[in-house]
Amino acid sequence: MSGFDFTVALVYLAAAVTFVLGLHLMNSPASARRGNQLSAAGMTVAILLTVVVLVEDGVITGTGVAVLTAGLVVGGVAGLISAQRVQMTAMPQLVSLFNAVGGGAAALIAVGEAIEESLELAPVRHTVPTVLDVVIGAVTLSGSIVAAGKLAGKVSGSPILIPGGRALSVLLTLVMVAGGVGVSAGAGGLGLLLVVGAAALGLGVLMTLPIGGADMPVVISLLNAFTGTAVAMAGFVLDSTPLVVAGALVGAAGTILTKLMADAMNRSIGSIMMGGFGVGEAAASAAAGAGGSVRETSIDDAALQLAYAGSVVVVPGYGLAAAQAQHELVELCQALERNGVAVSYGIHPVAGRMPGHMNVLLAEANVPYPQLKDLEEINPEFPRTDVVLVVGANDVTNPAARRPGNPVSGMPILDVDHARSVIVIKRSMASGYAGIDNELYTDPKTAMLFADAKAGLKQLHTALQAYVR
Amino acid sequence: MTYELLVALTVFILALLVGFEVISKVPATLHTPLMSGANAIHGVVVVGVMILAATTRSTIGYVVVFVAAVFAAMNVVGGYVVTDRMLEMFKARRVSDGKDES
Repeated sequence: MSGFDFTVALVYLAAAVTFVLGLHLMNSPASARRGNQLSAAGMTVAILLTVVVLVEDGVITGTGVAVLTAGLVVGGVAGLISAQRVQMTAMPQLVSLFNAVGGGAAALIAVGEAIEESLELAPVRHTVPTVLDVVIGAVTLSGSIVAAGKLAGKVSGSPILIPGGRALSVLLTLVMVAGGVGVSAGAGGLGLLLVVGAAALGLGVLMTLPIGGADMPVVISLLNAFTGTAVAMAGFVLDSTPLVVAGALVGAAGTILTKLMADAMNRSIGSIMMGGFGVGEAAASAAAGAGGSVRETSIDDAALQLAYAGSVVVVPGYGLAAAQAQHELVELCQALERNGVAVSYGIHPVAGRMPGHMNVLLAEANVPYPQLKDLEEINPEFPRTDVVLVVGANDVTNPAARRPGNPVSGMPILDVDHARSVIVIKRSMASGYAGIDNELYTDPKTAMLFADAKAGLKQLHTALQAYVR
Repeated sequence: MTYELLVALTVFILALLVGFEVISKVPATLHTPLMSGANAIHGVVVVGVMILAATTRSTIGYVVVFVAAVFAAMNVVGGYVVTDRMLEMFKARRVSDGKDES
Protein backbone atom coordinates (compact mmCIF):
# COMPACT_ATOMS: atom_id res chain seq x y z
CA MET A 1 0.00 0.00 0.00
CA SER A 2 1.46 3.35 -1.03
CA GLY A 3 1.62 6.35 1.24
CA PHE A 4 -1.15 8.00 -0.77
CA ASP A 5 -3.49 5.01 -0.46
CA PHE A 6 -2.78 4.84 3.26
CA THR A 7 -3.59 8.52 3.77
CA VAL A 8 -6.79 8.12 1.74
CA ALA A 9 -7.86 5.18 3.91
CA LEU A 10 -7.16 7.21 7.07
CA VAL A 11 -9.24 10.17 5.88
CA TYR A 12 -12.14 7.85 4.94
CA LEU A 13 -11.87 6.40 8.43
CA ALA A 14 -12.07 9.90 9.91
CA ALA A 15 -15.21 10.55 7.83
CA ALA A 16 -16.77 7.32 9.12
CA VAL A 17 -15.97 8.45 12.68
CA THR A 18 -17.85 11.73 12.09
CA PHE A 19 -20.91 9.71 10.99
CA VAL A 20 -20.87 7.72 14.23
CA LEU A 21 -20.22 10.80 16.40
CA GLY A 22 -22.87 12.72 14.47
CA LEU A 23 -25.49 10.09 15.24
CA HIS A 24 -24.31 10.03 18.83
CA LEU A 25 -24.74 13.82 19.18
CA MET A 26 -28.32 13.43 17.95
CA ASN A 27 -29.08 11.95 21.38
CA SER A 28 -30.20 15.29 22.75
CA PRO A 29 -32.02 18.24 21.18
CA ALA A 30 -29.24 20.59 22.33
CA SER A 31 -26.47 18.88 20.38
CA ALA A 32 -28.51 17.27 17.59
CA ARG A 33 -27.93 20.00 15.04
CA ARG A 34 -24.20 20.01 15.69
CA GLY A 35 -24.24 16.23 15.20
CA ASN A 36 -25.88 16.51 11.81
CA GLN A 37 -23.48 19.27 10.77
CA LEU A 38 -20.49 17.21 11.88
CA SER A 39 -21.73 14.29 9.83
CA ALA A 40 -22.31 16.63 6.85
CA ALA A 41 -18.75 17.93 7.20
CA GLY A 42 -17.43 14.35 7.24
CA MET A 43 -19.49 13.63 4.13
CA THR A 44 -18.06 16.69 2.35
CA VAL A 45 -14.52 15.57 3.17
CA ALA A 46 -15.26 12.04 1.91
CA ILE A 47 -16.63 13.40 -1.37
CA LEU A 48 -13.74 15.85 -1.90
CA LEU A 49 -11.25 13.08 -1.08
CA THR A 50 -12.88 10.88 -3.73
CA VAL A 51 -12.39 13.70 -6.24
CA VAL A 52 -8.69 13.78 -5.32
CA VAL A 53 -8.47 10.00 -5.70
CA LEU A 54 -10.13 10.15 -9.14
CA VAL A 55 -7.67 12.84 -10.29
CA GLU A 56 -4.67 10.96 -8.86
CA ASP A 57 -5.67 7.63 -10.46
CA GLY A 58 -6.41 9.34 -13.75
CA VAL A 59 -8.38 6.40 -15.16
CA ILE A 60 -11.68 8.28 -15.47
CA THR A 61 -12.46 9.35 -19.06
CA GLY A 62 -13.35 12.89 -20.10
CA THR A 63 -16.88 11.72 -20.84
CA GLY A 64 -16.99 10.11 -17.41
CA VAL A 65 -16.09 13.41 -15.74
CA ALA A 66 -18.71 15.30 -17.75
CA VAL A 67 -21.50 12.79 -17.12
CA LEU A 68 -20.67 12.48 -13.43
CA THR A 69 -20.47 16.25 -12.87
CA ALA A 70 -23.70 16.91 -14.76
CA GLY A 71 -25.51 14.24 -12.75
CA LEU A 72 -24.18 15.49 -9.43
CA VAL A 73 -25.12 19.09 -10.18
CA VAL A 74 -28.65 18.23 -11.36
CA GLY A 75 -29.29 15.93 -8.39
CA GLY A 76 -27.68 18.26 -5.88
CA VAL A 77 -29.69 21.28 -6.99
CA ALA A 78 -32.93 19.26 -7.07
CA GLY A 79 -32.23 17.94 -3.58
CA LEU A 80 -31.32 21.37 -2.22
CA ILE A 81 -34.37 23.14 -3.62
CA SER A 82 -36.87 20.50 -2.57
CA ALA A 83 -35.37 20.29 0.93
CA GLN A 84 -35.48 24.06 1.38
CA ARG A 85 -38.98 24.55 0.04
CA VAL A 86 -40.81 21.62 1.61
CA GLN A 87 -43.52 22.34 4.18
CA MET A 88 -42.76 20.59 7.47
CA THR A 89 -46.01 18.64 7.24
CA ALA A 90 -44.95 17.28 3.84
CA MET A 91 -41.50 16.39 5.14
CA PRO A 92 -42.12 12.64 5.74
CA GLN A 93 -42.80 11.97 2.06
CA LEU A 94 -39.72 13.97 1.03
CA VAL A 95 -37.53 11.89 3.35
CA SER A 96 -39.13 8.82 1.81
CA LEU A 97 -38.27 10.11 -1.68
CA PHE A 98 -34.65 10.82 -0.69
CA ASN A 99 -34.56 7.29 0.65
CA ALA A 100 -35.95 5.95 -2.63
CA VAL A 101 -33.27 7.63 -4.76
CA GLY A 102 -30.55 6.46 -2.34
CA GLY A 103 -31.67 2.87 -2.83
CA GLY A 104 -31.92 3.43 -6.57
CA ALA A 105 -28.36 4.80 -6.72
CA ALA A 106 -27.06 1.80 -4.76
CA ALA A 107 -28.79 -0.66 -7.11
CA LEU A 108 -27.48 1.22 -10.17
CA ILE A 109 -23.90 0.93 -8.88
CA ALA A 110 -24.14 -2.86 -9.04
CA VAL A 111 -25.77 -2.66 -12.50
CA GLY A 112 -23.08 -0.24 -13.72
CA GLU A 113 -20.32 -2.56 -12.47
CA ALA A 114 -21.98 -5.50 -14.21
CA ILE A 115 -22.09 -3.54 -17.48
CA GLU A 116 -18.36 -2.86 -17.37
CA GLU A 117 -17.14 -6.19 -15.99
CA SER A 118 -18.78 -9.46 -16.94
CA LEU A 119 -20.55 -11.06 -13.99
CA GLU A 120 -19.99 -14.54 -15.46
CA LEU A 121 -16.25 -14.25 -14.81
CA ALA A 122 -16.53 -12.56 -11.42
CA PRO A 123 -15.83 -14.43 -8.18
CA VAL A 124 -18.70 -15.29 -5.81
CA ARG A 125 -17.54 -12.65 -3.33
CA HIS A 126 -18.41 -10.13 -6.04
CA THR A 127 -21.59 -11.66 -7.49
CA VAL A 128 -23.36 -12.24 -4.16
CA PRO A 129 -23.21 -8.60 -2.98
CA THR A 130 -24.12 -7.54 -6.54
CA VAL A 131 -27.36 -9.52 -6.38
CA LEU A 132 -28.14 -8.37 -2.82
CA ASP A 133 -27.44 -4.76 -3.75
CA VAL A 134 -29.77 -4.86 -6.78
CA VAL A 135 -32.54 -6.71 -4.92
CA ILE A 136 -32.53 -4.54 -1.78
CA GLY A 137 -31.92 -1.30 -3.68
CA ALA A 138 -34.73 -1.96 -6.18
CA VAL A 139 -37.27 -2.98 -3.50
CA THR A 140 -36.39 0.23 -1.63
CA LEU A 141 -36.69 2.41 -4.72
CA SER A 142 -40.19 1.31 -5.72
CA GLY A 143 -41.39 0.72 -2.13
CA SER A 144 -40.33 4.17 -0.94
CA ILE A 145 -41.97 5.87 -3.93
CA VAL A 146 -45.28 4.13 -3.12
CA ALA A 147 -44.86 5.03 0.57
CA ALA A 148 -44.20 8.68 -0.35
CA GLY A 149 -47.26 8.64 -2.61
CA LYS A 150 -49.40 7.32 0.24
CA LEU A 151 -48.10 9.98 2.64
CA ALA A 152 -48.69 12.72 0.06
CA GLY A 153 -52.21 11.44 -0.56
CA LYS A 154 -51.44 10.71 -4.22
CA VAL A 155 -51.89 7.00 -3.60
CA SER A 156 -54.81 5.97 -1.39
CA GLY A 157 -53.73 5.68 2.23
CA SER A 158 -56.03 2.78 2.89
CA PRO A 159 -54.71 -0.72 2.35
CA ILE A 160 -54.94 -1.58 -1.34
CA LEU A 161 -55.49 -5.25 -1.99
CA ILE A 162 -54.87 -6.32 -5.56
CA PRO A 163 -56.70 -9.50 -6.55
CA GLY A 164 -54.05 -12.17 -6.83
CA GLY A 165 -51.46 -9.81 -5.35
CA ARG A 166 -50.28 -12.40 -2.86
CA ALA A 167 -49.79 -14.98 -5.62
CA LEU A 168 -47.96 -12.43 -7.77
CA SER A 169 -45.68 -11.54 -4.84
CA VAL A 170 -44.82 -15.19 -4.37
CA LEU A 171 -44.11 -15.54 -8.08
CA LEU A 172 -41.89 -12.44 -8.13
CA THR A 173 -40.03 -13.67 -5.05
CA LEU A 174 -39.40 -17.00 -6.74
CA VAL A 175 -38.10 -15.28 -9.89
CA MET A 176 -35.92 -13.04 -7.73
CA VAL A 177 -34.45 -15.85 -5.65
CA ALA A 178 -33.91 -18.23 -8.57
CA GLY A 179 -32.40 -15.47 -10.71
CA GLY A 180 -30.30 -14.27 -7.80
CA VAL A 181 -28.87 -17.73 -7.18
CA GLY A 182 -28.17 -18.04 -10.92
CA VAL A 183 -26.31 -14.74 -11.12
CA SER A 184 -24.37 -15.53 -7.94
CA ALA A 185 -23.27 -18.84 -9.44
CA GLY A 186 -22.00 -17.05 -12.55
CA ALA A 187 -24.87 -17.84 -14.92
CA GLY A 188 -27.04 -15.42 -16.86
CA GLY A 189 -24.92 -12.34 -16.29
CA LEU A 190 -26.26 -8.81 -16.76
CA GLY A 191 -29.49 -9.88 -18.48
CA LEU A 192 -30.55 -12.11 -15.60
CA LEU A 193 -29.45 -9.45 -13.09
CA LEU A 194 -31.86 -6.98 -14.74
CA VAL A 195 -34.68 -9.55 -14.55
CA VAL A 196 -33.95 -9.93 -10.84
CA GLY A 197 -33.98 -6.14 -10.47
CA ALA A 198 -37.31 -5.83 -12.30
CA ALA A 199 -38.86 -8.53 -10.09
CA ALA A 200 -37.57 -6.67 -7.00
CA LEU A 201 -39.09 -3.39 -8.25
CA GLY A 202 -42.47 -5.11 -8.65
CA LEU A 203 -42.17 -6.70 -5.24
CA GLY A 204 -41.44 -3.31 -3.63
CA VAL A 205 -44.74 -1.97 -5.00
CA LEU A 206 -46.75 -5.06 -4.05
CA MET A 207 -45.23 -5.04 -0.57
CA THR A 208 -46.10 -1.41 0.19
CA LEU A 209 -49.54 -1.08 -1.46
CA PRO A 210 -51.48 -3.26 1.00
CA ILE A 211 -50.12 -1.37 4.03
CA GLY A 212 -52.27 1.34 5.62
CA GLY A 213 -51.20 4.98 5.78
CA ALA A 214 -50.82 4.92 9.56
CA ASP A 215 -48.19 2.20 9.25
CA MET A 216 -46.11 4.17 6.73
CA PRO A 217 -43.64 5.41 9.40
CA VAL A 218 -42.69 1.84 10.20
CA VAL A 219 -42.39 1.02 6.50
CA ILE A 220 -40.25 4.08 5.73
CA SER A 221 -38.00 3.31 8.66
CA LEU A 222 -37.62 -0.26 7.45
CA LEU A 223 -36.92 0.91 3.90
CA ASN A 224 -34.35 3.34 5.32
CA ALA A 225 -32.60 0.36 6.91
CA PHE A 226 -32.86 -1.46 3.56
CA THR A 227 -31.12 1.41 1.76
CA GLY A 228 -28.34 1.36 4.32
CA THR A 229 -27.85 -2.35 3.72
CA ALA A 230 -27.96 -1.87 -0.06
CA VAL A 231 -25.29 0.83 0.22
CA ALA A 232 -23.14 -1.50 2.33
CA MET A 233 -23.54 -4.17 -0.39
CA ALA A 234 -22.50 -1.59 -3.00
CA GLY A 235 -19.45 -1.07 -0.77
CA PHE A 236 -18.63 -4.79 -1.06
CA VAL A 237 -19.10 -4.64 -4.84
CA LEU A 238 -16.70 -1.67 -5.16
CA ASP A 239 -14.35 -2.64 -2.29
CA SER A 240 -15.11 0.72 -0.67
CA THR A 241 -14.86 0.82 3.12
CA PRO A 242 -16.73 4.13 3.67
CA LEU A 243 -19.79 2.67 1.90
CA VAL A 244 -19.61 -0.52 3.98
CA VAL A 245 -19.29 1.38 7.27
CA ALA A 246 -21.91 4.08 6.62
CA GLY A 247 -24.31 1.58 5.05
CA ALA A 248 -24.08 -0.80 8.00
CA LEU A 249 -24.54 2.10 10.44
CA VAL A 250 -27.75 3.18 8.71
CA GLY A 251 -28.91 -0.42 8.38
CA ALA A 252 -28.62 -0.78 12.15
CA ALA A 253 -30.19 2.64 12.81
CA GLY A 254 -33.21 1.91 10.65
CA THR A 255 -33.71 -1.50 12.19
CA ILE A 256 -33.68 -0.16 15.75
CA LEU A 257 -36.02 2.69 14.81
CA THR A 258 -38.38 0.29 13.05
CA LYS A 259 -38.53 -1.93 16.10
CA LEU A 260 -39.11 1.00 18.47
CA MET A 261 -41.93 2.29 16.28
CA ALA A 262 -43.57 -1.09 15.86
CA ASP A 263 -43.36 -1.66 19.65
CA ALA A 264 -44.97 1.70 20.35
CA MET A 265 -47.86 0.78 18.07
CA ASN A 266 -48.10 -2.72 19.54
CA ARG A 267 -47.50 -4.23 16.12
CA SER A 268 -44.98 -6.75 14.99
CA ILE A 269 -42.88 -5.80 11.99
CA GLY A 270 -43.82 -9.13 10.47
CA SER A 271 -47.56 -8.52 10.59
CA ILE A 272 -47.15 -5.02 9.11
CA MET A 273 -45.05 -6.29 6.24
CA MET A 274 -47.35 -9.21 5.55
CA GLY A 275 -49.74 -6.45 4.57
CA GLY A 276 -53.30 -5.44 5.33
CA PHE A 277 -53.05 -6.24 9.04
CA GLY A 278 -56.45 -7.36 10.27
CA VAL A 279 -58.22 -5.79 7.32
CA GLY A 280 -60.94 -8.44 7.47
CA GLU A 281 -61.31 -8.89 11.22
CA ALA A 282 -61.03 -5.17 11.98
CA ALA A 283 -63.98 -4.35 9.73
CA ALA A 284 -66.05 -7.05 11.41
CA SER A 285 -65.39 -5.87 14.97
CA ALA A 286 -65.98 -2.23 14.02
CA ALA A 287 -69.41 -3.10 12.69
CA ALA A 288 -70.28 -5.23 15.70
CA GLY A 289 -69.36 -2.79 18.47
CA ALA A 290 -71.61 0.24 18.58
CA GLY A 291 -72.43 0.05 22.29
CA GLY A 292 -72.43 2.90 24.78
CA SER A 293 -73.84 6.39 24.40
CA VAL A 294 -71.71 9.32 23.34
CA ARG A 295 -72.05 12.84 24.73
CA GLU A 296 -71.70 15.53 22.10
CA THR A 297 -70.61 19.06 22.93
CA SER A 298 -70.67 22.38 21.10
CA ILE A 299 -67.87 24.79 20.27
CA ASP A 300 -69.13 27.28 22.88
CA ASP A 301 -69.40 24.72 25.68
CA ALA A 302 -65.97 23.35 24.91
CA ALA A 303 -64.45 26.86 24.85
CA LEU A 304 -66.06 27.67 28.19
CA GLN A 305 -64.76 24.43 29.70
CA LEU A 306 -61.23 25.23 28.51
CA ALA A 307 -61.32 28.86 29.62
CA TYR A 308 -62.19 27.99 33.21
CA ALA A 309 -59.82 25.03 33.53
CA GLY A 310 -56.76 25.30 35.77
CA SER A 311 -54.71 22.88 33.75
CA VAL A 312 -55.08 21.57 30.21
CA VAL A 313 -53.16 18.77 28.52
CA VAL A 314 -53.35 18.59 24.74
CA VAL A 315 -53.03 15.19 23.10
CA PRO A 316 -52.34 15.76 19.39
CA GLY A 317 -52.38 12.84 16.95
CA TYR A 318 -52.27 11.77 13.34
CA GLY A 319 -55.47 13.71 12.57
CA LEU A 320 -53.83 16.98 13.60
CA ALA A 321 -50.84 16.33 11.35
CA ALA A 322 -53.06 15.23 8.47
CA ALA A 323 -55.21 18.40 8.82
CA GLN A 324 -52.03 20.52 9.20
CA ALA A 325 -53.68 22.21 12.17
CA GLN A 326 -50.62 22.60 14.41
CA HIS A 327 -50.56 26.41 14.10
CA GLU A 328 -54.26 26.70 15.00
CA LEU A 329 -53.67 24.44 18.00
CA VAL A 330 -50.76 26.47 19.27
CA GLU A 331 -52.66 29.77 18.85
CA LEU A 332 -55.51 28.35 20.92
CA CYS A 333 -53.11 27.15 23.62
CA GLN A 334 -51.31 30.49 23.74
CA ALA A 335 -54.64 32.23 24.26
CA LEU A 336 -55.39 29.85 27.13
CA GLU A 337 -51.98 30.48 28.67
CA ARG A 338 -52.47 34.24 28.53
CA ASN A 339 -55.60 33.57 30.56
CA GLY A 340 -53.60 31.74 33.23
CA VAL A 341 -54.35 28.17 32.18
CA ALA A 342 -51.40 25.78 32.53
CA VAL A 343 -51.00 24.06 29.17
CA SER A 344 -48.78 21.13 28.27
CA TYR A 345 -48.69 18.67 25.39
CA GLY A 346 -48.77 14.89 25.85
CA ILE A 347 -46.96 13.39 22.91
CA HIS A 348 -47.30 9.70 22.20
CA PRO A 349 -44.10 8.27 20.67
CA VAL A 350 -45.89 7.53 17.38
CA ALA A 351 -48.06 10.68 17.24
CA GLY A 352 -48.03 12.38 13.84
CA ARG A 353 -47.03 10.70 10.66
CA MET A 354 -43.61 9.53 11.84
CA PRO A 355 -42.26 8.97 15.34
CA GLY A 356 -41.18 12.30 16.74
CA HIS A 357 -42.89 14.10 13.86
CA MET A 358 -45.38 15.76 16.22
CA ASN A 359 -42.50 17.31 18.15
CA VAL A 360 -41.14 18.75 14.92
CA LEU A 361 -44.54 20.13 13.90
CA LEU A 362 -45.14 21.73 17.31
CA ALA A 363 -41.57 23.04 17.38
CA GLU A 364 -42.21 24.71 14.03
CA ALA A 365 -45.28 26.35 15.58
CA ASN A 366 -43.04 27.70 18.40
CA VAL A 367 -44.12 25.55 21.32
CA PRO A 368 -41.48 25.85 24.07
CA TYR A 369 -39.63 22.56 24.49
CA PRO A 370 -40.44 22.11 28.24
CA GLN A 371 -44.17 22.00 27.41
CA LEU A 372 -43.72 18.88 25.28
CA LYS A 373 -44.06 15.85 27.55
CA ASP A 374 -43.53 12.27 26.52
CA LEU A 375 -45.61 9.31 27.59
CA GLU A 376 -43.81 8.51 30.86
CA GLU A 377 -43.70 12.17 31.87
CA ILE A 378 -47.34 13.03 31.22
CA ASN A 379 -49.16 9.91 32.42
CA PRO A 380 -48.74 10.66 36.17
CA GLU A 381 -50.07 14.19 35.46
CA PHE A 382 -53.47 13.15 34.09
CA PRO A 383 -55.23 12.63 37.48
CA ARG A 384 -54.35 16.26 38.32
CA THR A 385 -55.50 17.59 34.93
CA ASP A 386 -58.81 19.45 34.59
CA VAL A 387 -59.33 19.10 30.85
CA VAL A 388 -57.62 16.94 28.27
CA LEU A 389 -58.04 18.12 24.68
CA VAL A 390 -57.59 15.20 22.30
CA VAL A 391 -57.08 16.37 18.70
CA GLY A 392 -57.04 13.70 16.03
CA ALA A 393 -55.63 10.94 18.23
CA ASN A 394 -57.53 7.71 18.68
CA ASP A 395 -55.96 4.32 19.39
CA VAL A 396 -53.19 5.82 21.54
CA THR A 397 -55.84 6.95 24.06
CA ASN A 398 -57.99 3.79 24.15
CA PRO A 399 -58.23 2.45 27.73
CA ALA A 400 -58.98 -0.99 26.25
CA ALA A 401 -55.22 -1.30 25.74
CA ARG A 402 -54.85 -2.00 29.46
CA ARG A 403 -57.01 -5.13 29.12
CA PRO A 404 -55.91 -8.27 27.32
CA GLY A 405 -57.83 -9.76 24.41
CA ASN A 406 -58.24 -6.97 21.84
CA PRO A 407 -56.18 -5.56 18.97
CA VAL A 408 -54.65 -2.73 21.03
CA SER A 409 -53.88 -4.83 24.13
CA GLY A 410 -50.53 -4.05 25.65
CA MET A 411 -49.94 -0.95 23.52
CA PRO A 412 -48.49 1.90 25.60
CA ILE A 413 -51.24 4.53 25.80
CA LEU A 414 -51.76 8.00 27.22
CA ASP A 415 -53.98 7.60 30.32
CA VAL A 416 -56.34 10.32 29.16
CA ASP A 417 -59.30 8.70 30.96
CA HIS A 418 -57.66 9.47 34.33
CA ALA A 419 -58.20 13.20 33.85
CA ARG A 420 -61.18 15.05 35.33
CA SER A 421 -62.74 15.71 31.93
CA VAL A 422 -61.93 15.07 28.29
CA ILE A 423 -62.80 16.88 25.06
CA VAL A 424 -62.20 14.94 21.86
CA ILE A 425 -62.06 16.82 18.56
CA LYS A 426 -62.74 14.31 15.82
CA ARG A 427 -64.50 14.34 12.50
CA SER A 428 -66.68 11.30 13.13
CA MET A 429 -67.01 8.22 15.30
CA ALA A 430 -64.93 6.25 12.77
CA SER A 431 -62.57 3.86 14.45
CA GLY A 432 -58.82 4.28 14.41
CA TYR A 433 -56.26 2.16 12.71
CA ALA A 434 -56.76 -0.80 15.05
CA GLY A 435 -60.38 -0.89 13.87
CA ILE A 436 -62.00 -1.04 17.30
CA ASP A 437 -64.21 1.39 19.21
CA ASN A 438 -62.43 3.73 21.59
CA GLU A 439 -63.90 3.21 25.06
CA LEU A 440 -62.77 6.73 25.93
CA TYR A 441 -65.54 8.16 23.74
CA THR A 442 -68.32 6.49 25.73
CA ASP A 443 -66.79 7.48 29.09
CA PRO A 444 -69.28 9.77 30.91
CA LYS A 445 -66.64 12.48 31.42
CA THR A 446 -65.78 12.62 27.73
CA ALA A 447 -67.39 15.17 25.43
CA MET A 448 -67.11 14.73 21.68
CA LEU A 449 -66.68 17.77 19.45
CA PHE A 450 -67.32 16.62 15.91
CA ALA A 451 -65.27 18.88 13.64
CA ASP A 452 -62.31 18.96 11.30
CA ALA A 453 -59.22 19.56 13.44
CA LYS A 454 -58.23 22.79 11.69
CA ALA A 455 -61.70 24.35 11.50
CA GLY A 456 -62.64 23.14 14.99
CA LEU A 457 -59.56 24.62 16.65
CA LYS A 458 -60.04 27.91 14.83
CA GLN A 459 -63.68 28.13 15.98
CA LEU A 460 -62.67 27.22 19.54
CA HIS A 461 -60.14 30.03 19.49
CA THR A 462 -62.76 32.49 18.28
CA ALA A 463 -65.31 31.32 20.84
CA LEU A 464 -62.69 31.57 23.56
CA GLN A 465 -62.36 35.34 23.00
CA ALA A 466 -65.74 35.76 24.73
CA TYR A 467 -64.43 34.28 27.97
CA VAL A 468 -60.88 35.59 28.19
CA ARG A 469 -59.35 39.00 28.32
CA MET B 1 -8.53 -11.80 -1.73
CA THR B 2 -10.14 -13.92 0.98
CA TYR B 3 -8.32 -11.85 3.58
CA GLU B 4 -9.74 -8.61 2.14
CA LEU B 5 -13.25 -10.04 2.22
CA LEU B 6 -12.73 -11.05 5.84
CA VAL B 7 -11.61 -7.52 6.77
CA ALA B 8 -14.61 -6.01 4.95
CA LEU B 9 -16.99 -8.41 6.70
CA THR B 10 -15.42 -7.61 10.08
CA VAL B 11 -15.84 -3.88 9.44
CA PHE B 12 -19.45 -4.45 8.31
CA ILE B 13 -20.41 -6.42 11.41
CA LEU B 14 -18.69 -4.03 13.82
CA ALA B 15 -20.31 -1.02 12.12
CA LEU B 16 -23.71 -2.72 12.52
CA LEU B 17 -23.08 -3.18 16.25
CA VAL B 18 -21.91 0.43 16.63
CA GLY B 19 -25.10 1.52 14.84
CA PHE B 20 -27.30 -0.43 17.24
CA GLU B 21 -25.52 1.04 20.27
CA VAL B 22 -25.46 4.65 19.11
CA ILE B 23 -29.08 4.70 18.00
CA SER B 24 -30.76 2.88 20.85
CA LYS B 25 -29.97 5.81 23.15
CA VAL B 26 -31.84 8.46 21.12
CA PRO B 27 -35.10 9.73 22.69
CA ALA B 28 -38.37 9.35 20.75
CA THR B 29 -38.68 13.11 20.21
CA LEU B 30 -35.66 12.99 17.93
CA HIS B 31 -36.64 9.90 15.96
CA THR B 32 -37.81 11.78 12.87
CA PRO B 33 -34.68 13.95 12.63
CA LEU B 34 -32.63 10.84 13.34
CA MET B 35 -34.30 8.91 10.56
CA SER B 36 -33.68 11.83 8.25
CA GLY B 37 -30.08 12.15 9.45
CA ALA B 38 -29.44 8.43 8.91
CA ASN B 39 -31.07 8.84 5.51
CA ALA B 40 -28.52 11.56 4.70
CA ILE B 41 -25.63 9.35 5.83
CA HIS B 42 -26.48 6.63 3.33
CA GLY B 43 -26.01 9.43 0.80
CA VAL B 44 -22.38 8.25 1.02
CA VAL B 45 -23.51 6.17 -1.95
CA VAL B 46 -22.41 9.23 -3.96
CA VAL B 47 -18.79 8.18 -3.28
CA GLY B 48 -19.66 4.80 -4.79
CA VAL B 49 -21.12 6.44 -7.90
CA MET B 50 -17.89 8.44 -8.32
CA ILE B 51 -15.80 5.26 -8.06
CA LEU B 52 -18.09 3.59 -10.61
CA ALA B 53 -17.70 6.56 -12.99
CA ALA B 54 -13.91 6.06 -12.99
CA THR B 55 -14.16 2.60 -14.58
CA THR B 56 -17.09 3.28 -16.91
CA ARG B 57 -16.32 3.13 -20.66
CA SER B 58 -19.59 2.21 -22.46
CA THR B 59 -22.43 4.50 -23.49
CA ILE B 60 -25.05 2.59 -21.55
CA GLY B 61 -22.65 2.65 -18.59
CA TYR B 62 -22.50 6.47 -18.79
CA VAL B 63 -26.31 6.61 -18.75
CA VAL B 64 -26.33 4.49 -15.60
CA VAL B 65 -23.67 6.72 -14.01
CA PHE B 66 -25.65 9.86 -14.84
CA VAL B 67 -28.91 8.57 -13.33
CA ALA B 68 -27.10 7.16 -10.30
CA ALA B 69 -25.28 10.49 -9.81
CA VAL B 70 -28.57 12.44 -9.91
CA PHE B 71 -30.13 10.03 -7.40
CA ALA B 72 -27.15 9.96 -5.04
CA ALA B 73 -26.61 13.74 -5.06
CA MET B 74 -30.31 14.30 -4.33
CA ASN B 75 -30.08 11.89 -1.42
CA VAL B 76 -26.98 13.39 0.16
CA VAL B 77 -27.67 17.10 -0.37
CA GLY B 78 -31.42 16.97 0.30
CA GLY B 79 -30.97 14.62 3.24
CA TYR B 80 -28.59 16.87 5.14
CA VAL B 81 -30.44 20.09 4.34
CA VAL B 82 -33.87 18.81 5.41
CA THR B 83 -32.42 17.33 8.61
CA ASP B 84 -30.74 20.62 9.41
CA ARG B 85 -34.03 22.45 8.87
CA MET B 86 -35.77 20.16 11.34
CA LEU B 87 -33.06 20.50 13.95
CA GLU B 88 -32.78 24.25 13.48
CA MET B 89 -36.27 24.54 14.98
CA PHE B 90 -35.24 22.63 18.08
CA LYS B 91 -32.23 24.88 18.52
CA ALA B 92 -34.02 28.19 17.91
CA ARG B 93 -36.55 27.32 20.56
CA ARG B 94 -33.83 26.53 23.08
CA VAL B 95 -32.23 29.94 22.61
CA SER B 96 -35.53 31.77 23.12
CA ASP B 97 -36.13 29.69 26.26
CA GLY B 98 -32.85 30.96 27.67
CA LYS B 99 -33.88 34.54 27.00
CA ASP B 100 -37.19 34.04 28.77
CA GLU B 101 -35.45 32.87 31.92
CA SER B 102 -32.94 35.70 32.09
